[in-house]
Amino acid sequence: MPSLKDLRNRIASVKATQKITKAMQMVAAAKLRRAQTAAEAARPYASKMETVLANLGAGISGADAPKLLAGTGSDQVHLLVVCTAERGLCGAFNSSIARLAREHISKLQQAGKTVKILCVGRKGYDILKRQYEKLILDVVDLRSVKQIGYANADEIAKRVMAMFEAGEFDVATLFYSQFKSVIAQIPTAQRIIPAEIPEGAGAAASYEYEPDEGAILASLLPRNLSVQVFRALLENAASEQGARMSAMDNATRNAGDMIKKQTQKYNRTRQAMITKELIEIISGAEAL
Amino acid sequence: MASFNFELVSPERVLFSGDVNSVVVPAAEGEITVLANHAPFMSAVRPGVVTVDGGKRLFVRGGFVDVNASGLTLLAEQAVAVDEIDREKLAADLKSAEDELKGATGEALAAAEDRFAALSAMMAAVRS
Repeated sequence: MPSLKDLRNRIASVKATQKITKAMQMVAAAKLRRAQTAAEAARPYASKMETVLANLGAGISGADAPKLLAGTGSDQVHLLVVCTAERGLCGAFNSSIARLAREHISKLQQAGKTVKILCVGRKGYDILKRQYEKLILDVVDLRSVKQIGYANADEIAKRVMAMFEAGEFDVATLFYSQFKSVIAQIPTAQRIIPAEIPEGAGAAASYEYEPDEGAILASLLPRNLSVQVFRALLENAASEQGARMSAMDNATRNAGDMIKKQTQKYNRTRQAMITKELIEIISGAEAL
Repeated sequence: MASFNFELVSPERVLFSGDVNSVVVPAAEGEITVLANHAPFMSAVRPGVVTVDGGKRLFVRGGFVDVNASGLTLLAEQAVAVDEIDREKLAADLKSAEDELKGATGEALAAAEDRFAALSAMMAAVRS
């Protein structure tokens, strides 16, 4: 039976925890709003890019297609770009992305493919290194980045491009969490090399190109890669805040329940002690 | 004068969207002016100034321009209104790019050249 002092201490510590989780929830809510606006602002560019790419890609196929579009012709070496958060305390956000990546890795390994991993974000690295330390090439640390900008995505994309040009892998897949709502984030795997061309209306209009189709496509594809990475990072940022918000909301509620239970226990114990003392006094008086 | 829809989009946000009469774009092989009902056209964009309706000037760096029946879309890697460019910061950036250019070799040289070219184009845009 815990003493009254123990109970009081426990209640105080749970209250302190509740304050922290409550604050974190509110911070996450504010950040979520910002992240969501950023994700929405980036959408027009990505969708325009897709239209342009669909128009162009429909015209070019077969042997003249650049490698980024057609692939290297083999699918022996896979690069997985796993984007996660830099911080924890956001529910199952990081682990669900890592789980999806892990499933992919074991599937690819069973098929006898070589797997390489590039981690974006510290948390994914921490989870994956337990099992796949040897496969991880590098970790991109975005901890110091406050608001993800296009430059960050561009840097990652350039790195992937350089590796692709050096022939270090054949297929690249991007892992991130798609933001559906505050309570639903969907871990997603998206193939980025060779690029997936959205089925458009086809090259309906007879375009004039300057300089020429091939040159434009050649410079458009790397840019598309950056845009895809950028979008993934933004979606991830929004998902992370959403996940954190609901996780912290849960934590706050649990802390509230705990406080209620402990307070009740405290009061009961207090009452029991008073009753006991009374009985002692009364029976003492009667004995006289 | 017939107007058409013009959209200037950068990865981070939409900078301009609306109906305009004419847009001057620094295309890969020279400046072009796009008016309404232009034939479908696609081009890369050099660093330079986009002029909207002969008045509003925006600096863009790298990107693509796509003209079709629905209007003109400019996908810019970086875009900023000329009035909003900070001259002092630009001058400092230009100077650091110049220094970088002198010391650079190999791959870094190409990157430094790129940066220098973009910044000098920006400078020219501010001065003009």
